[in-house]
Amino acid sequence: MVALRNGGARFAPTRVSSLAWRAIALMALAVGIMVLDARHGSANVLRRTLASIVAPLHRIVESPFALSSGVYAFFTTRDSLHAQVSALEARVREDALTLARLHAVEMENERLQHLLDLSPRDATRTVTARVLQVDLDTIRQRVLIDRGSDDGIVSAQPVMDAKGVFGQTTRVNSSTTEVILLSDPNHAIPVLIERTGLRTIAVGTGNPDRLALPYLPRNTDVQPGDKLVTSGLGGVYPPDLPVATVTEVNRDPSQPLVQVRATPGASLDRDREVMLVWYRPRVTAPPPEAPTNTRPGKAKS
Amino acid sequence: MIDAYATHRVPAYVSALIALLLGALPLPHLIALIRPDFLLLVVIWFALMSPRSTGLLYAFCWGLLLDAFTGVLLGEHALAFVLVAYLVHHFHLRMRMFPLVHQSLVVLILLWIYQFLIFWIDGVSGHPANDWLRLLPGLGGALCWPLVTGLFGRLIRRH
Repeated sequence: MVALRNGGARFAPTRVSSLAWRAIALMALAVGIMVLDARHGSANVLRRTLASIVAPLHRIVESPFALSSGVYAFFTTRDSLHAQVSALEARVREDALTLARLHAVEMENERLQHLLDLSPRDATRTVTARVLQVDLDTIRQRVLIDRGSDDGIVSAQPVMDAKGVFGQTTRVNSSTTEVILLSDPNHAIPVLIERTGLRTIAVGTGNPDRLALPYLPRNTDVQPGDKLVTSGLGGVYPPDLPVATVTEVNRDPSQPLVQVRATPGASLDRDREVMLVWYRPRVTAPPPEAPTNTRPGKAKS
Repeated sequence: MIDAYATHRVPAYVSALIALLLGALPLPHLIALIRPDFLLLVVIWFALMSPRSTGLLYAFCWGLLLDAFTGVLLGEHALAFVLVAYLVHHFHLRMRMFPLVHQSLVVLILLWIYQFLIFWIDGVSGHPANDWLRLLPGLGGALCWPLVTGLFGRLIRRH
């Protein structure tokens, strides 16, 4: 800004032009807003106001795609619908069988856990959401979904698709939510190598087809084909969800760490439908409720 | 400051809105990488051709809206937009005289200044995405500049 002021002074030697002052004032205002926003919640009112302006704009961008899929659905032939329905019915039958077996195993598991006096499994609830066709940022890996705080979505909530973990929610507006994908460079997820039980962290690379495991020593037992599942540490993701498959293990003798790459199970750049999971770890007993409501006392005094 | 075009607020706001929406249109990845920052091009054009009717506040408001739209730190695009708009305002009489190729080069530099500011603010605020790919939209924007001037020059009435 000092450079700006000097620049202004050079062209108008007597005084800094009013244009420069206005620019400096607005830039200072912008910096102020940034500082407030960076401290979580301080610029919430402004953000909420802007979000309510912006939400219809997102819908406008999305509308041609919604329309085209509607038209496509309208003109789908009866035959193809029939084929689809029978394929789905077959799959439901198969799944029902698997589910029945799974249910029995779960009951048995619960009894055994009860015998061993272990804590019960975690409670989960899910809701599906649609990914809006809005390109927020080409370099960052983020998407918008069509559910928001009106549907009970909260920040840092796991998002999945049928094949694995998709990401987690970040910014929640009233009717839309921003989801940060597994592959965002700012995202890291605690995982477990299923075959060996080794815990580590998978970090996004910016490429939707690739995750990196940067924290494994060179002598770690890891090989291509190993499945990565969530470890349940960190409190965001429930344990044992599929995350990715190791594709490449590069042991460079001159490096202390092994370079591992993995491919996410979820198709991060193609999904239209995702699933939001409410997850409450029941590992520890909930802390006793703190007496937060002090107002009545104040009103009395 | 002399306006070269008799702009009222309405065309300035409508074209900025369209540019904002164009910026979020889903495109194939390779094309999206070089997609110009349409909104900034619009801001530059209005700062260049009618600095009186569309001031720095115009740049600021649209920058802030872009922040909310893309869900980044509030104020970062506002800051960068105001800086670019200030530079254009300051040199608008000179810039108007430049031949088109020369003007595109100036626009390229402005777009890279903008990208650098965004990159820098992202880094300071703890969301680094340092990637040389960030330079591509600037190139796309400079290539698009003759189109933008041609289009707006025809659509918006001259004095």
